[in-house]
Amino acid sequence: MADGRKDPKSKYTLDRGMPGAFEGETVTRRRFMNVTAQAAGGIAVAAFALPALGFAAGTALFQRPPVEWEAIGPPEDFGTESYIPRVITEVAGIGQVGKTTIYVRKRVPEKDPPSQPPGYADEFIAISTRCMHLGCPVRYIDAAKRFVCPCHGGVYDFVGKVIGGPPVRPLDRFYTRLRDGQVEVGPRYSVNSEFRRFPSYRDPAQDLDGIGQYLYPGRFSTPKMSN
Amino acid sequence: MKLPLPPLPTALQPKPKRPGEAEQAKPVEQAKEAGITAVDWIDERTSLSGAARWVMFRKIPKGTNWFYTLGSATMFAFLSQAVTGVFLAMYYDPSVVNAYESARHITNDVWLGEFVRGMHKWGSTVMVVLICLHMARTFFFGAYKYPRELNWVIGVVLLILTFVMSFTGYLLPFDQRSYWATIVGVNINGTGPLAGPFLSDFLRGGAEFGATTLSRFYAIHMLLVPGAIAALIGAHLYLVARLGTTAPPWLKAESHEGGIREERV
Repeated sequence: MADGRKDPKSKYTLDRGMPGAFEGETVTRRRFMNVTAQAAGGIAVAAFALPALGFAAGTALFQRPPVEWEAIGPPEDFGTESYIPRVITEVAGIGQVGKTTIYVRKRVPEKDPPSQPPGYADEFIAISTRCMHLGCPVRYIDAAKRFVCPCHGGVYDFVGKVIGGPPVRPLDRFYTRLRDGQVEVGPRYSVNSEFRRFPSYRDPAQDLDGIGQYLYPGRFSTPKMSN
Repeated sequence: MKLPLPPLPTALQPKPKRPGEAEQAKPVEQAKEAGITAVDWIDERTSLSGAARWVMFRKIPKGTNWFYTLGSATMFAFLSQAVTGVFLAMYYDPSVVNAYESARHITNDVWLGEFVRGMHKWGSTVMVVLICLHMARTFFFGAYKYPRELNWVIGVVLLILTFVMSFTGYLLPFDQRSYWATIVGVNINGTGPLAGPFLSDFLRGGAEFGATTLSRFYAIHMLLVPGAIAALIGAHLYLVARLGTTAPPWLKAESHEGGIREERV
């Protein structure tokens, strides 16, 4: 053509004079085979890529670990004035790596807002040593009645509230209960600066005040508590 | 001194030269000929010589200098990481219980283990330094401009993948430093809004640093990312050969005397 464009053709193959065209056929066989081959290739890729992706991400994102309770000693072990350190197993089967230190004391109703739901041993407070800046282990210093993080200088007061440094929310806690004369420690939960409880515990550095609670949604893998 | 011939059967005895025949090729010439024949055999079936010429005998601008070797230097750093990494993998055990012990075994017991592990460890820093210098060279020489923007983008992806390699490789010695650095690094990933919490769960393989975190990092470190880096280096080099390199910015474009001259036909 002079202007380099083809004349608009009829959409029917019959009108275009194709050999073997059917009445009302609009998709040429060449086009049909082309699309079929591409689709078959796409299905073949999806058939291995999607299961592989689900395999890599599914357990990581959706598997709920079972609710485990671990006895840490009789109630008389713990006082109201100071914290007693205890080592618990957070992840079973991986030796030392799965263990973590927690700090436990009796709750002082005047100082501590209640943050465990009814049905748990609310007279105990089990505080996680995971710093809420980026997850380094904090240490309780009894002389100062403070938790101090060695990495970037986060400081928490006696109840676990941030009073210095970069952490974004108070230290995580663990559910506690009394069974057979023993204090037992269960799953972890997070609190925001007003000590509102977030059962789906968040990673460190995830703010839970104001807009933060929506920017950092809870995980699908939260252990399911009985109540 | 000429030794008498062993009693060979007639078929194997050296034949006397026929009159008018050219002198036989000497062994050196024969070897040379064999090499050429082998290369010819491959080239006849692949036509690779054209591609090789296209890559290697390119025109380069005036003023090309040592700064232009930073990209190749980065690539050789990557090759060194790849080779040492493959051989470290022969002794390393990515299980939570044995990882530290196997790394200690490489360093203290295996012959040249400390050297090869050191090459891999220090080489990773060298690669990061070189890739940053290469990026700075590209930036300050203006070599990212049209038509090379896509190559800049590929380069940035390569930079990010290099950091992913540094991050995932840091956990593998599995000492206190790598463990806590990974905890901190994964939590930094988690600060991304909305997607962050799920990204950190994906990296750890769960809500906690668990049994599969180390093998997950190991697989990303030695299978997923190196493959992507190798493929992207290929694309990067293809575009370099396709588009050519730029002259350094201090070199003025050659102009005709008296400015642009109209060509009279």
